[in-house]
Amino acid sequence: MSPNDSGYIKKDLPDNIFKAGSLLLVVGLVLGISGFLVDSYRASFAYLVSFIFFLSIVVGSLFLVALEYAANADWSTPFRRVSEFLAAGLPLLLIFAIPLMFNTGSLFQWSHADYIHSDKMLEAKSAYLNTPFFMIRVFAIIIIWILFYTFIIRNSRKQDESGNQLLTKRNIILSVIFIPVFAITVTLVAVDWIMSLESKWFSTIFGVYLFAGVALSALAALTLVSIKLKEKGFLHPAIKEDHYYSLGTLMFAFTAFWGYIAFSQYMLIWYGNLPEETFWFMQRWEGGWKIISILLIVTHFIVPFFYLLSYESKTNPKKLKFISIWILCVHFLDLYWLIMPSMSKNDHAYSLNWIDFVFPLVFIGVILMVFQKVSEKINLVPVGDPKLKRGLDFHL
Amino acid sequence: MADNNLYCVSALFDTPDKIINAARKTTEAGYKKFDVNTPYPVHGMDKAMGMGQSKIGYITLFFGLSGAVFIFLFMWWTFASNYNIVVGGKPFLSAPAFIPITFETTVLFAAISTFVGMIAVFFKLPHNSHPLHDTEYMKAVSGDKFGLVIEADDEQFERNKVTEFLKSLGAFQVADVYLPEKETYKLFTSGFVIFLIILAIVTSAATYITLNKLMYVVPFSWMEVQPKLNAQEESDIFTDGKGMRPPVDGTVARGELPYPFYGQTNPPEVLSNPTVPTKKILELGKRKFLTFCSPCHGNFAQGESRLNGQFPTGPTLVSGKIINYPDGMIYHIITNGQNVMPSYMHQINREERWAIVDYVRVLQRAQNPSQSDIQEVKKESSSNVTK
Ligand code: HEC
Repeated sequence: MSPNDSGYIKKDLPDNIFKAGSLLLVVGLVLGISGFLVDSYRASFAYLVSFIFFLSIVVGSLFLVALEYAANADWSTPFRRVSEFLAAGLPLLLIFAIPLMFNTGSLFQWSHADYIHSDKMLEAKSAYLNTPFFMIRVFAIIIIWILFYTFIIRNSRKQDESGNQLLTKRNIILSVIFIPVFAITVTLVAVDWIMSLESKWFSTIFGVYLFAGVALSALAALTLVSIKLKEKGFLHPAIKEDHYYSLGTLMFAFTAFWGYIAFSQYMLIWYGNLPEETFWFMQRWEGGWKIISILLIVTHFIVPFFYLLSYESKTNPKKLKFISIWILCVHFLDLYWLIMPSMSKNDHAYSLNWIDFVFPLVFIGVILMVFQKVSEKINLVPVGDPKLKRGLDFHL
Repeated sequence: MADNNLYCVSALFDTPDKIINAARKTTEAGYKKFDVNTPYPVHGMDKAMGMGQSKIGYITLFFGLSGAVFIFLFMWWTFASNYNIVVGGKPFLSAPAFIPITFETTVLFAAISTFVGMIAVFFKLPHNSHPLHDTEYMKAVSGDKFGLVIEADDEQFERNKVTEFLKSLGAFQVADVYLPEKETYKLFTSGFVIFLIILAIVTSAATYITLNKLMYVVPFSWMEVQPKLNAQEESDIFTDGKGMRPPVDGTVARGELPYPFYGQTNPPEVLSNPTVPTKKILELGKRKFLTFCSPCHGNFAQGESRLNGQFPTGPTLVSGKIINYPDGMIYHIITNGQNVMPSYMHQINREERWAIVDYVRVLQRAQNPSQSDIQEVKKESSSNVTK
């Protein structure tokens, strides 16, 4: 099967993307490094927020790719490559995790032996929450993800030339294994990176909460980038309203899912009313955090939910782009709300600061640069995929 | 058969592609009243038939939101307005606890209204039969064929033209469908009525036996048989045969302190009054005094008993003797009782007893006012007049 059978003509993405990406990266790096120099304590929290944001998009995109294979979905095949390219930054997690490794002392109270010994409960937890084991977990998880990424993506790319259907089969098997692995690893990430910022706090639904945000933001990134590329003519011309509608529906579903999980977590803790759980929410109901908490409910659930309710907004590319950007922003807000309040301990009070907002530049820059680089060699549409034709013919 | 009995001209096709094409052509040809029947949903059919967005979503939205508002108000009314119940120590109106039910009801109302709306408004319920039922055409499209009918009501309908048109679309069979002759059904034939009666008896009996007998055979005694204590009943668990247990000696109730001078007629010393006679305390004292003391001592504590001699009249409490009693002595008499006056320790709690003492002091002062008291009252009443 030659690539042109599908009617897709490969066009190179403009260089500007790479340039804009590197500009963002450089500015972000300069500001970020000065942030670390000015106040390394605060900077490590701010960096963590952006790191998890980046992680959400790369590993979330890999999850979406796996989901397509596992569910044998064909409607999303025409823009599966977009998710694959967004996931391409995944190996960089290894590098981006390093600054955090040097700052575990600032981030995690459990990394201080004297603090651990002040409390029986923490002593009991220290079998899990200790620096060496933490580092092993972090790198093991990232390496597992990279392995899955490499194998799945390699199969997908090989298919462009050979059109071999067996590769789809292999990827289905890989994806079916990846999804439970992803469920466990993402839970561990949520527990290790975010929940353990408060060494004593626990919430069993926390992993699912992070997963909801991860899947939602990866979907929003996919929608945003796909529509942009489609409008500029880089994707297959046969992508139409029906595809947009499905993306919109999925975002709608995950918005509702996030709301459901967020509320479940809140309600159980509120109802149980145990001080060892409620303090986490109390922290986020003090001072300015109260405004952010309310803002989060409104912007992360109410607005997107009602916005995406109508058929029109799920098919109109302009509106979809708007809500995708919106969702990406509120996912950042969500992470900010999860992580930053834990900064206020050891005489560190929280106050708004420029350092909080410089690291996203780095990661957005990286995503853009990687996207451009990968797209130079690889088709933006999986032309050899046997599901592509059905995907393009997709009707609601 | 006469043409005015014609319902439609029907056409059968082999493949989904053909039916989509046929639907599109029929729309383009300007026919409005036509329908498509397929054994499974064919994607893209709505567009091919020229149908816009269904309006059913508005019904769903409206009833979903109504469900949410209704149940939230209902819960507010039951829990926080009409009959306040404390649940789990939460406020009466605690929104987080209401949200799950609001959510469920939203879904319930939305789902039911969508379903009912669909069959009632769009399928025009009580239509319980359709001219296409029981036709060869319907048999074919319930199997593996795809059908399209153009109704005779359509403005452009001309039988021959329509037949030709449908054939030109590639239908392998085109046939006329006539309205069925009117049939009448007698619902309440005697056999059916008897059947209903028997059915009613059988189901009632089965329900009764299940709920009242079957559920209580030994394996299902639902924990009824177990050693337990019933209030106010005897029990052989304890040797004295009493089911209700007195509290252990020395038990102190919450909010109470043991009274040290209990049982002494003339205690050498008494407690001092811990309360400050605020308006709130005095109002409490008044309420309790009127409830507990006034039957014997009178509403104004002057000994104007309402007992009509059935019990020794309580003496006045506004005499010099009682005025000169310390607060603690009055408290002692309430707590301990005195001669025929019984103890009120168990009926009136500590705070209320002190409040009564304060109120008794008010009554005493009201009946023996000092010069300054009188002036104060005069000033107040004259200021009221000038107002
Ligand atoms: C069942 C009727 C009854 C009730 C109710 C009652 N008393 Fe008495 N009270 C008496 C009688 C009778 C006496 C006189 C007892 C005696 O012979 O020493 C008395 C005596 C007293 C005395 C001592 C008076 C004295 O001259 O020695 C006080 C003070 C007193 N009552 C206060 C109260 C207060 C306060 C209450 C409300 C909590 C109350 N009583 C309720 C019947 C009652």
